[in-house]
Amino acid sequence: MYKYDEIDQAIVDERVAQYRDQVRRFLAGELTDEEFRPLRLQNGLYIQRHAPMLRIAVPYGTLSSRQLHKLADIAKRYDRGYGHFSTRQNLQLNWPKLEDTPDILAELATVQMHAIQTSGNCIRNITTDQFAGIAPDEIIDPRAVAEIMRQWSTFHPEFALLPRKFKIAVSGTRHDRAIVQAHDIGLEFYYDEQQNMAIKVWVGGGLGRTPILGSVIREHLEWQHVLTYCEAIIRVYNLHGRRDNAFKARIKILVKALGIEEFRRQVEEEWQHLKGSPNTITEAELARVSQYFTAMPYETLPAHDAAFDTAVASNPAFAAWAKRCVHAHKVPGYRAVTLSLKPHGKAPGDATSEQMHVVADLAERYSFGELRVSHEQNLILTDVKLSDLPAIWEIARANGLATPNIGLLTDIICCPGGDFCSLANAKSIPIAEAIQMQFDNLDYLYDIGDIELNISGCMNACGHHHVGHIGILGVDKDGSEWYQVTIGGKQGNDASLGTVIGPSFAAEEMPGVVQRLIEVYLRERTDEERFIDTVRRIGVEPFKSHVYAKEAAHV
Amino acid sequence: MSNLIRNNAIVENEWTTVTLPAGEETIRKQAGKVVMFKLTGEQTCTPEQIAATVIPENGKVIVPLAVWQARKDELAPRLVKGELGLWLATHEPLQTLVDAVDDLNQLPIIAVHVERFADGRIFSIGNLLRTRHGYNNELRAFGDVLRDQLFFLKRCGYDSYQIRADRSAADALAGLQDFSQPYQGAVDESMPVWRRLPRGAQ
Ligand code: SF4
Repeated sequence: MYKYDEIDQAIVDERVAQYRDQVRRFLAGELTDEEFRPLRLQNGLYIQRHAPMLRIAVPYGTLSSRQLHKLADIAKRYDRGYGHFSTRQNLQLNWPKLEDTPDILAELATVQMHAIQTSGNCIRNITTDQFAGIAPDEIIDPRAVAEIMRQWSTFHPEFALLPRKFKIAVSGTRHDRAIVQAHDIGLEFYYDEQQNMAIKVWVGGGLGRTPILGSVIREHLEWQHVLTYCEAIIRVYNLHGRRDNAFKARIKILVKALGIEEFRRQVEEEWQHLKGSPNTITEAELARVSQYFTAMPYETLPAHDAAFDTAVASNPAFAAWAKRCVHAHKVPGYRAVTLSLKPHGKAPGDATSEQMHVVADLAERYSFGELRVSHEQNLILTDVKLSDLPAIWEIARANGLATPNIGLLTDIICCPGGDFCSLANAKSIPIAEAIQMQFDNLDYLYDIGDIELNISGCMNACGHHHVGHIGILGVDKDGSEWYQVTIGGKQGNDASLGTVIGPSFAAEEMPGVVQRLIEVYLRERTDEERFIDTVRRIGVEPFKSHVYAKEAAHV
Repeated sequence: MSNLIRNNAIVENEWTTVTLPAGEETIRKQAGKVVMFKLTGEQTCTPEQIAATVIPENGKVIVPLAVWQARKDELAPRLVKGELGLWLATHEPLQTLVDAVDDLNQLPIIAVHVERFADGRIFSIGNLLRTRHGYNNELRAFGDVLRDQLFFLKRCGYDSYQIRADRSAADALAGLQDFSQPYQGAVDESMPVWRRLPRGAQ
């Protein structure tokens, strides 16, 4: 992974000093609440229900063992001994004290971490596929360019105060796992006909209140120009994006208002002036950064391992875990492992300090000292030997990290919701927990098979409910909490947004509603079909009538 | 005590900034809240306001762009004498300013008014004035200008900052030094760090 040089280190150190002084001025009354707000947000600090929330950046989801140990220590020392991994591949602390936040940032800086631009109206943490670099379907590893973009976007002076937050995702795989179409800018890497690295550029996607999938603004962009082209896009947005209404301020609204053709024309015109300017990436800089993302020193291993095969054959629990939590790797004899942060009945994405230490140790011992955070809110060891899997499983299982539910109904994506977030309409964690308990039967979960269930506590959609096969959205009706259900959403190359099935439900109805959706699927599916395929084939209607028919019968 | 920072020092302000008389501003509301930001291209003032704007007879003045446009004949001699600058607000299209004079460098000063701290249009405007339109003279930010914008303003081509009256310019000066080696190329330093310095692992 990328390692800081003196320049990177100086920037995070100077940021700590700057932020420490901002907090001092705020506490001394030299900054008003309103003035401090954009400053603290640009450093990931929210003021929410019970306490501030601090969001720590995990650039493109990559962590070293040392960093995770540090996060565990910080969670223990300054918080309540746990942290929440978010759908932006970041780590959130829910209970730090405002006065402590400068010290937390100073500690983070010692392990090359920070909270820069994890919130606020600026370019946010750039996200990518959690399997970047090891996925068998990867065409280009986008992490080097993502790192160059991270540096470029850090304190970009022109884009420090945009109309609204700005999210960029990069992907270089055949099957998109970074949801590039749901980002303000999505960059899809590929090799063009001349075998040069090129980028297909998407713009104006986003979830939130007005979910829209992005449009292609450029089919072919040479990689050298990615910074200047993004500058052209963001400049047009900075000058013309709406600032009078926060709900209409995202770039997707501007793109929609102008139409993609006109928006493209303006961007291209702007780019004619920027193209070739010094921010054009050089071969040398790409090479410098790429050296941090070269392949791990893999051993030459056979494709099969006898001990692993025996364990699968003799131990059903291990076999179940291997089936759900172990993923293909492009190098023979290696696998990626997902450590589930979704044990049934616990807040999705939460990890205790002890668990973080365990995962950091596992990564150190078995996976070259590195790990990833996925936007599905799990932790991933990317480079594990087949022969080590039984040992890893034992340790993971002993620490509540081996629930074999990855990709299943209980692997719920869920935002912090009303328990923590002051923007929430409704709680989301208790809904996730109730659904997990309703379906706390592994055989039944396996029978249901691959499905994604996503929950957001309000239309800001941090839980990506629009692209869940089943999406649940907290809504407020006359001050009480209700839940709207969508089905048919999907992430990936054939992304789609879910359709609302009808009037919303009370919290206690939700496990039953999901149950009834599943019943329709089990009744209607053909042998090969996943839940999403059945929804796409038969439409929303059969689901709707079953859910609401029973509803009516109850009343 | 002056609250003007020019380059890296607090200096006396030689210029008088002329403002428009208060007009009847209709307060726009959305969902019960006052709309804080004007949209790009929104009307800035009425003909009555322009006519009623009082401009000191002598000395260096910075007048609103709209006033210059409507009262060019009266103001042109002062431009020739080098005693006239123009200011525009962030929601006014920059092209209007560019079209308003034969050569922007006839203006000894251009000022940009930012109504609210969070309005980042001021950054793109500065950048475009310097890079696209080749403006070389004093470029001033005024309005809701506070310490924590200064570093960004400087990088976007501003060299003069009128700090909001209730804040100390001496404190704000420190903001210009927030970072020693920024990553990306911008107006003040066009080279990104990897073109300026040798880079490598620690
Ligand atoms: S979706 Fe809403 S409730 Fe959930 S974390 Fe985001 S803002 Fe908060």
